[in-house]
Amino acid sequence: MQIDFFGSLPLVVIWLALGGIGIVIQAFSRGQSRLVYGYYMATLVLTGLLSILTFWHSGTTFHNMIVVGGVAAYFDLLFCGTGVLAMLAAREYMERNGGGFDEFYTMLVSSIAGMMLMAHARNLLVLFVGVELMSISFYIMAGFLRDRIRSVESGLKYFLLGAFASGFLAYGMAMLYGATTSLDYSVILATIVAGTSQFPVLLAVGAVLIAVGLSFKIAAFPFHQWAPDVYEGAPTVVTSFMSTAGKAAAFSALIPLFTVLMPMVQGAAMTPTLQTMLAVISAVTMLVGNITAVVQTNIKRMLAYSSVAHAGYVLMGLVAGTANGHQAIIFYLTAYTFMQLGAFVVVGILENENDASLELDGYAGLSKRHPMLAAVMAMFMFSLAGIPPFAGFFGKYLLFYSAVESGFTWLTIIAVASSVISVWFYLGLVVKMYFQDSHDTQPSAQTGMAGLTVAICSVAIVVLGVLPGLLTSLIGSW
Amino acid sequence: MHDTIGTIHLMGVTALLFSLFAPVAGAVAIALTQKTQERAIKSIALVTTVLTFVGSLFLLPGFDAGTHAMQFVVNTQWIAALDSGFRIGIDGTSLLLVLLTTFIMPVAILVSLKSIKQRHKEYYLLMLLLQFGMTGVFVALDTFLFYVFWELILIPMVFIIGVWGGQNRVYAAVKFFLYTLVGSLLMLIAILWLGFAAEAQGLGFTTDLLKLRAVGPNIPADIQFWLFLAFALSFCIKVPLFPFHTWLPDAHVQAPTAGSVILASLLLKMGSYGLIRFNLELFPQASVELASVMSVLAVVGIIYGALVAMVQTDFKKLVAYSSVSHMGFVVLGIFSMTVVGVQGAVIQMVNHGLSTGALFICVGVLYERRHTREIAEYGGITKVMPKFAVLFMIAMLASVGLPGLNGFVGEFLTLMGAFTSPILNHWAYGVIAATGVIFAACYLLWMFQRVMFGQNENPENHHLRDLTRLEYWQLIPLTILMIWIGVAPRTFMDLAENSVRHVVSQVEQITFNTTAQNQH
Repeated sequence: MQIDFFGSLPLVVIWLALGGIGIVIQAFSRGQSRLVYGYYMATLVLTGLLSILTFWHSGTTFHNMIVVGGVAAYFDLLFCGTGVLAMLAAREYMERNGGGFDEFYTMLVSSIAGMMLMAHARNLLVLFVGVELMSISFYIMAGFLRDRIRSVESGLKYFLLGAFASGFLAYGMAMLYGATTSLDYSVILATIVAGTSQFPVLLAVGAVLIAVGLSFKIAAFPFHQWAPDVYEGAPTVVTSFMSTAGKAAAFSALIPLFTVLMPMVQGAAMTPTLQTMLAVISAVTMLVGNITAVVQTNIKRMLAYSSVAHAGYVLMGLVAGTANGHQAIIFYLTAYTFMQLGAFVVVGILENENDASLELDGYAGLSKRHPMLAAVMAMFMFSLAGIPPFAGFFGKYLLFYSAVESGFTWLTIIAVASSVISVWFYLGLVVKMYFQDSHDTQPSAQTGMAGLTVAICSVAIVVLGVLPGLLTSLIGSW
Repeated sequence: MHDTIGTIHLMGVTALLFSLFAPVAGAVAIALTQKTQERAIKSIALVTTVLTFVGSLFLLPGFDAGTHAMQFVVNTQWIAALDSGFRIGIDGTSLLLVLLTTFIMPVAILVSLKSIKQRHKEYYLLMLLLQFGMTGVFVALDTFLFYVFWELILIPMVFIIGVWGGQNRVYAAVKFFLYTLVGSLLMLIAILWLGFAAEAQGLGFTTDLLKLRAVGPNIPADIQFWLFLAFALSFCIKVPLFPFHTWLPDAHVQAPTAGSVILASLLLKMGSYGLIRFNLELFPQASVELASVMSVLAVVGIIYGALVAMVQTDFKKLVAYSSVSHMGFVVLGIFSMTVVGVQGAVIQMVNHGLSTGALFICVGVLYERRHTREIAEYGGITKVMPKFAVLFMIAMLASVGLPGLNGFVGEFLTLMGAFTSPILNHWAYGVIAATGVIFAACYLLWMFQRVMFGQNENPENHHLRDLTRLEYWQLIPLTILMIWIGVAPRTFMDLAENSVRHVVSQVEQITFNTTAQNQH
């Protein structure tokens, strides 16, 4: 067996660092949480750097079970980067809220290890292991503030519903296996294309079930109901991480899966139906997310619903199903990660300032109390709304581009309409921060290291917005 | 010899880049200045805008008015995969509007110096970004770049209205934002469609306007129709054309004086500029088809705006509605699709920018003193503010369209275009629009009479101070130009003549072809 050791370096390093050394360090370093924190930070940075090295080193290895290099390596970098940004913000936040335990970082890194498996998977079982590892880590992280009822509720809810979704996923995989006698993507694809499966119905049902299981992870309609509750109850840094990296991971798995399930090039008979179905789901997801977000009064719920809507936008790239569509997804997820994570981290910073701070009304007059935080928050909001010159705009442009290219102009028009709806609440927050007066004028929140996260995110959305070519040319080279 | 041409060309390109980016440099300088150093911030803003104006004048020597081609073109790739570039350049029409922008901005800064009382740093920073966006709109030769500049204006403007505006500013700001966005997002889809149309015609996906100019007219008529509408919606909201004008009175009334000046003088022009640059040039066939619809809306807007202006008791609102009426002339001129008509429209854009800008400054001058905009609160102001009365009257008469002042030239030409247009081909457009001129005289003169003449009965008005030096210098440059254009419009019109002729000839070509086909 030939193992492409170099290509799988990021995976190997993070697994070794986590399972081999991390646990040991943690066992012998009681009371030295800075050591554990630094260790995991270094792990993520190293893994991220290694993934950059493998950008142009593509191939499959481990009996075709994982793919290395290219898009998967880029996703590694994205996950690790998100992890670093979240960790920077997490330490102070967790300590402030009574959850400053080392295990948190173990869970965070293990969830990233799961995500990386999802991005690298070319075998259904590998995918399943990745999804489960990520999800279980998320359940724990969501309920990490164990003396807070909301946090525990969030963790439990996420766990119950998530387990249900995993059931769908496993069941679907079993059906695909039954229909094609293989778990390998390429074999499944070959069987679909050749039409040699003895159980075409199993094949279709299995595909739908897998899609359902992963729809749950990206919070697409009608499987989005958990998101607001979980996002609201979970510690804000966890929300910031789950709603960005978690979503990106699910999409990183969906892109190769859909190229298997929708062999568009060969023009299989089922494709148009699947494509139209997906388009409808995408349209409804963005409309439902944005319309529901309009009436929210809690900022975490508002951002949660907006994240549902963004899943709808990203789905447009899957609907298109072209290389351009996939590139658009990757660009958008990158942009989305920075803006959504940044926005949640700002929320986290301000969380303890006063009682109303999670209510939208608590943001009234923020520009007077915290001019810098208000300014970056406004940038995140404009970027989420898709206003140039921020990255969110260019991401949307690419998604619209791919959708129009594939003949889905109607979907683009719906996306435009829902963008207009979304402006209502994004701008609403800006209006509160800038055009209204504050109730109390004493700034008390400390930014700390989270300020660095916010700064990086805001610089990133400007750079990606003004010079999107930097990223598109990189993505386009695979 | 060749070298001199090269040098002059280089100077033009430099001047163009300077006009575009100098405000950004100013904005960065302001960002780096301490918040408490108000004087420094104000000076940077003023110096930047004045220098930008001076720099933009260097566009003139190298500009060749004898051609319709784009000049001083800068063409660099921006996003290679989508063939979107940083492509800028000017023709006569854009030159006039760029100069108008660089000219109005220092005035707007002067207006702000005393009237803006809080958050100076943010204010001047946003003003300079706004200038960047507006200049960009007028020089962009790439649909994607154009879109980015177009949207870039939203953010500064919404803050200027929302933070420094009047009582009802939040409502006005949000309304402005939503209206503009609804239109522009559809334009984005049309931009994509256009790009793919280029691909279908074998050019590959592109947003290069110079390439698209060859693509647009070849698009099948029914698709042209939809693309025209998608672009036009966005532009008509901005102009604003009846019935998309309802954001304008709110935004104008609530914005601070400088905001109103910029809105009226420059932002509205982006809409009418877009109609010429995109709708007429890219979709000539659809333009011919829809000319009568657009013209009817324009005429309705002229009359409606005038009638509503007449009954206003708030004189800022009155001036705002007069904009609806005056911009109707611009649209009418454009869709008469005659050389005179479009020329009239172009010069009317400049005129409206000058005279309405001046009127808003005058409103601001009175508001500063009395903090009310109710016409009934005033009367007999001439006696206490004689200098102000003269300048106010000139601006007002220019807006009415008195011969010898700028407004007359533009309105006369657009009306002539409407009368002689073979495409509209009906006398009613011109006749009805012409009554709009009469209405304008009614509401403006009546307003002037109620505010400035008569008895100074309100005791609060007895001791109003006449124009300060600062206010004087806000109005004088505008007044000089208003008279200049009124007396010698050729100086300005010649610049744009060839560009206009080119657009119109293209449309005429299409009509000629269609008639020829029909006769077969």
